[in-house]
Amino acid sequence: MSEKVLMKGNEAFAEAAIRSGCRYYFGYPITPQNEIPEYMSRELPKVGGSFVQAESELAAISMAYGGAVAGGRVFVSSSSPGIALMQEGFSFLCSTEIPLVILNVSRGGPGVGGIQPGQADYYQATRGGGNGDYHLIVFAPSSIQEAVDMMEMAFRVAEEYRNPVMILADGLIGQMMEPVVLPNPIPDAVREGILKAKPWALTGTKEGRPHNVVKSLYLKPEELENRIMEMDLKYQKAKEQLVRYETNRLEEAEVVLVAYGSTARIAEEAMELLAEEGIQAGLIRPISLWPFPYEAFDKIPEKVKAVISVELSRGQMMDDVKIGSKGRFPVGLSSRVGGILITPPEIAADVKKVLGVER
Amino acid sequence: MAKGLVKFNEERCKGCELCVSVCPKKIVMLHETKLNSKGYHPACVIDIDSCIGCANCAVMCPDGAISVYQEDVEKSDE
Amino acid sequence: MKPVFEYTRGMLPEETTYCPGCTHGIAHRLIMEALDEKGLLGETIGVAPIGCSILAHHYMNIDMCESTHGRAPAIATGIRRVHPDKIVFTYQGDGDLASIGTGEIVHAAHRGERITSFFINNAIYGMTGGQMAPTSLLGQKTTTSMDGRMQELSGKPLRMAELIATIDGAVFVERVSLDSPGNVRKAKKAIRKAIEVQEKKLGFGFVEILSSCATNWGVTPVKALEWMRENMIPYYPLGNLKSPEEVK
Repeated sequence: MSEKVLMKGNEAFAEAAIRSGCRYYFGYPITPQNEIPEYMSRELPKVGGSFVQAESELAAISMAYGGAVAGGRVFVSSSSPGIALMQEGFSFLCSTEIPLVILNVSRGGPGVGGIQPGQADYYQATRGGGNGDYHLIVFAPSSIQEAVDMMEMAFRVAEEYRNPVMILADGLIGQMMEPVVLPNPIPDAVREGILKAKPWALTGTKEGRPHNVVKSLYLKPEELENRIMEMDLKYQKAKEQLVRYETNRLEEAEVVLVAYGSTARIAEEAMELLAEEGIQAGLIRPISLWPFPYEAFDKIPEKVKAVISVELSRGQMMDDVKIGSKGRFPVGLSSRVGGILITPPEIAADVKKVLGVER
Repeated sequence: MAKGLVKFNEERCKGCELCVSVCPKKIVMLHETKLNSKGYHPACVIDIDSCIGCANCAVMCPDGAISVYQEDVEKSDE
Repeated sequence: MKPVFEYTRGMLPEETTYCPGCTHGIAHRLIMEALDEKGLLGETIGVAPIGCSILAHHYMNIDMCESTHGRAPAIATGIRRVHPDKIVFTYQGDGDLASIGTGEIVHAAHRGERITSFFINNAIYGMTGGQMAPTSLLGQKTTTSMDGRMQELSGKPLRMAELIATIDGAVFVERVSLDSPGNVRKAKKAIRKAIEVQEKKLGFGFVEILSSCATNWGVTPVKALEWMRENMIPYYPLGNLKSPEEVK
């Protein structure tokens, strides 16, 4: 099973979800993630699973809640405007503590925007578009391989924390083909054990236990406050345990780029271009976007002249870069938007502008 | 005619009078002076001997406050 | 003395917080009685809506979850996929099912989901304090139609049972009323049949239950039942619109 295959990102994500024990998928067509519902509609029935093409993203996320509340390992995918429609469900799933893995193959916005890759869903993913005190746990892979490797972990984290986990990919890694080593399917016994490990799930009482109730309404303010504080404990634990990031050449850096997802790969090429010109650039690549790896910024040497957020959005992640930098360094932005991928020379030029280096 | 027995759980009653309105024998009414802990005048039967155990009152009770029983009589004197 | 009527063990002992005379209590009880009589309480999963009856899980002694507003049929769809052999139902009011959730109910019926939707039509938004619903009658005064619902502004009331009955996937559709002991008994029969449709895996079932909302109609509970008879039943005719041979 561990041979390398050439696969399109979206299909690899879908296959990885199935191998991670997912048997229920609910979706609605939206570009650039359509290969996922197509793949699931073909493949899930072969393994005894269930695919439903919902009438809307609202219905899809509601079906996903239903499947997950019933104990299933459930996966949904969509793209930016579709993810916007699912926010009602995300807030509700967080409040009811129902695990789910969500894949956002993001594109440009606002509004309908375009169908080319974008990273302008950063706020939507990390700040939450739904109401109330809640967080999605958000991971951002920079390659198909990393996305595939993170899938099973995402299900485990969702179930351990009883909270939805979002994998924030972008149209680029969804649509491109790369060699990938798929994970081995989880053993049937493990998969069957997943339902048993959810005593809160709605399975019918068989009149052998008190009825299970999954609820979000708390009319008494004290009860609701307690509930939110319980959730907050979980989020504090997540901040301690789920932070993931990589750094590259931080020690010798005079400027530090911060980039996630496929943009991080472009930033690495920009680092090479800059090195050729004698400018040493380091990289922080956040892998968990929530919780954000603020601690990585403590590793930036004092001699660094600037930290630059490289993103396909207008300074959304830059807010977190500023929080992480704690005012120690000037923070700049290097970005393209609208579905245009930033190029290594453009990043290098932005870096030089921030550093005040004349060509 | 069958003889009935109707039991009211006065604590559950909200005094809505749906039972009063559907009793064919007009023997259900709200207690005039008694109040339950919710502050409602609970329903009661004023003439249990006339009860035929039809259960209309219980069928219409939204609050599960009424139980109805019937005497196990073979068609005796009527 | 033999029991003629005892409160079903399908209902928990907890007293409801519904207003005096609210027929939610009757509708809850009928569904639980029907499930109990069929020995299905332990095999059933219910979905409560947004609306007064979001609290249904306080009272129904079965596994239940709350729903986002109007999405109960989609949620029930997800539950159904994971538990193909359980009884799965939604319990929804008219704001929930006939307004914000029209997409979900239509498509659950359209897919022929093997679930049952119990639709409480009381012609008003109860929990939010008496606003106009799609089911409010022409001329009916509500807090958002103080001079009475006007056709020019809001159209005519939506007949959900008739609408659902046009969809092939809906195999059992009936409208019942809780205005009198006789109609309550008929409602119970329809609910039993709808559950049988699910047991026999025949398709989507829909029972519209005409109900009262004395508080927001501004009348006594007894007058509310009269109002249902005089105003609702003529516009929302009772009876079966669709039933498969297997449960006739």
